[in-house]
Amino acid sequence: MTETILVRAVTLADGTSSDILVRDGRIAELGRAIFASADRLIDGAGLIALPGLVDLHTHLREPGFEQSETIFSGSRAAAIGGFTAVHAMANTSPVADTAGVVEQVMSLGDRHGYVTVRPIGAVTRGLEGQHLSEIGAMANSRAKVRVFSDDGKCVSDALLMRRALEYVKTFGGVIAQHAQEPRLTEGAQMNESTLSGELGLAGWPAVAEEAIIARDVLLAKHVGARLHVCHLSTAGSVEVVRWAKARGIDVTAEVTPHHLLLTEQLAANYDSRYKVNPPLRRDEDVRAVREGLADGTIDIIATDHAPHPVEAKDCEWEAAAFGMVGLESALSVVQASVVDTGLLDWADIARVFSKTPAAIGQLAGYAQGIAVGAPASFTLYDPSVSRVFEATQLRGKGVNSPYLSTTLPGRIMATFHRGYATVLDGELVDAETVAAAARAHDQAGAGRG
Amino acid sequence: MRHLLSTRDLSRDEAIAILDVAEDMADVAHREVRKLPALRGKTVVNLFFEDSTRTRISFEAAAKRLSADVINFSAKGSSVSKGESLKDTAQTLAAIGADAVVIRHGASGAPRVLANSDWIDAAIVNAGDGTHEHPTQALLDAFTIRRRLHGADSRGHDLDGVSVAIVGDILHSRVARSNAWLLTTLGASITFVAPATLLPIGIENWPVEVRYDLDIALAAKPDVVMMLRIQGERMHAAFFPSAREYSRIWGLDDERLAMLAADSIVMHPGPMNRGLEISAAAADSPRSTVREQVANGVSIRMAVLYLTLSGEGGKQ
Ligand SMILES: [Zn+2]
Repeated sequence: MTETILVRAVTLADGTSSDILVRDGRIAELGRAIFASADRLIDGAGLIALPGLVDLHTHLREPGFEQSETIFSGSRAAAIGGFTAVHAMANTSPVADTAGVVEQVMSLGDRHGYVTVRPIGAVTRGLEGQHLSEIGAMANSRAKVRVFSDDGKCVSDALLMRRALEYVKTFGGVIAQHAQEPRLTEGAQMNESTLSGELGLAGWPAVAEEAIIARDVLLAKHVGARLHVCHLSTAGSVEVVRWAKARGIDVTAEVTPHHLLLTEQLAANYDSRYKVNPPLRRDEDVRAVREGLADGTIDIIATDHAPHPVEAKDCEWEAAAFGMVGLESALSVVQASVVDTGLLDWADIARVFSKTPAAIGQLAGYAQGIAVGAPASFTLYDPSVSRVFEATQLRGKGVNSPYLSTTLPGRIMATFHRGYATVLDGELVDAETVAAAARAHDQAGAGRG
Repeated sequence: MRHLLSTRDLSRDEAIAILDVAEDMADVAHREVRKLPALRGKTVVNLFFEDSTRTRISFEAAAKRLSADVINFSAKGSSVSKGESLKDTAQTLAAIGADAVVIRHGASGAPRVLANSDWIDAAIVNAGDGTHEHPTQALLDAFTIRRRLHGADSRGHDLDGVSVAIVGDILHSRVARSNAWLLTTLGASITFVAPATLLPIGIENWPVEVRYDLDIALAAKPDVVMMLRIQGERMHAAFFPSAREYSRIWGLDDERLAMLAADSIVMHPGPMNRGLEISAAAADSPRSTVREQVANGVSIRMAVLYLTLSGEGGKQ
């Protein structure tokens, strides 16, 4: 029932040219001038084929905040951005702190079929930082949760963080820490700097992030656990993680596309589209996180896609919500910040935006990238075009993008999830077709059992 | 002048022009009929999201002396306190035909957001926003200093060579910020005096000198000593240990008052905490400009409303 797809003469991440034959949901053949009949033929000239992007940090908002985003709308935003898997953060309502909620999130993602939705479980009950949530139940549920995070809030209590690291180790998982010392950031509005002083906005100092990361890497070392640092944003944080890795501490770190491109100067006119947590930092910090990503100190890119309704941003800075949408623009921003600047090549991007985030999330099927026998989850990207990014290019519910009316390079032309198309000719495949393809894929898988 | 959002936006010539127009406005106060027809038919809305009777009354008097219609829109007890957004309020004011909105808001940058939005087309005058700026206060301070120095010949003068010590809670003070930009633009040199807890990070990049020690700052014989109001609550957030210790180290007491040069002046934006940041004797001494500041405030606000609402640069 599943389509056979042949992509002609596309450029792979390593720079070689190849055809890609997709059959029964997998990559059936690679090489030049493949001779096969196909239901769908795609001209790959000028396009780069990247393994399906994997986001380790997505806010899908469902259940509870469906006016901001739903699993359906967020999945579509992901697909048009070249993603084939996202990890849904736990700060929903109810919080994803029980097996019931994480299983519901996963099955909604499966039903829509645009991307694989992997739930992240809360570290503490209700994200309240008091008691551990049912980590074992979530790990052993159908959703097989492996990443736990209170993102949005920091697990700031040192003893609770120690216990969480130890307990999650028991189930082979990892804690993804939103590093923000709460007392140092009470009422914080933007990066603390000369500019914040001039603007009269309460500062979010770099040390509030760095101190938590320093504490956590030492805790991880002490208990022999794995730690993942969410959205690292300062030069000092890069230094701390570099120091930890040099000592063999089992830590991974992520950076967002916006922290790779934008600086705090954008806050100068109090335009709340630039209000995000952690805040946009200085030029030096942007340079440091780019270098950290290039030298491997930072392991992955993750979007921290954070949709909000219009009214949450159409107001004075201090009243505005933190966060930006990022799925649709992610690869373009990454191209502008680290590829076009010569710091990373496309093979590096495949590693930091697909293979490694999948490894951290323990998501199968991404270890080899685009390889014969692997699930056919990949995206075709045209890096040569340039476009003025507009709200019409967004596919989620949120329009709180900091890139509107700016020129960004590149465009996703097609995305394939487990062998079926979610994006073709630069536009989403309709929901019914995708859902039907997802069902067919699952039935075929069950049939082969 | 389209809006007045920040003193940082003002050039030296623009600032002097505002002060000179304020001189003309001050003359009106001495006439028999203290009213000009300049803004007849214009509607000025005082939109106050924070209580400040002093500032509101000053703007109200200024608008009325220029014959404008004044609407006071206090956020307390209105739909604003029930969660109506700044946007909705602004659109309401646009619909009733406000020509100028004088806004006091607890959020830094709220006047800028209003001016940059398409919610309302009126002239926006910042009457104090969060811990950002309070431009008319700085203008009236500059006006007051200039009058003390040059008396009736003030027109056209800047503040070249004037030394000003600003003492107290710089971190949370919109008055300190607006004065730092305006007075330096006019040629004055500024020294901030405060404990390190009450100075913003990055202060070394501001065009000011910084001292922790008030006595050393006063020993330099500044022409102007401006005392900022200190809020007792700050000690609960560990900015300083007690009001008594603060007062002893950074208060303008009688001994320090005696150290000042013969012609130096003492300023305070009000309201004062007598006995905390300023002694009663200092507040009431002939050096004190506190009452002049209040009177000059009306002249400055008349000038600002006049310049934003009439002539070139005003709304067409
Ligand atoms: Zn976070």
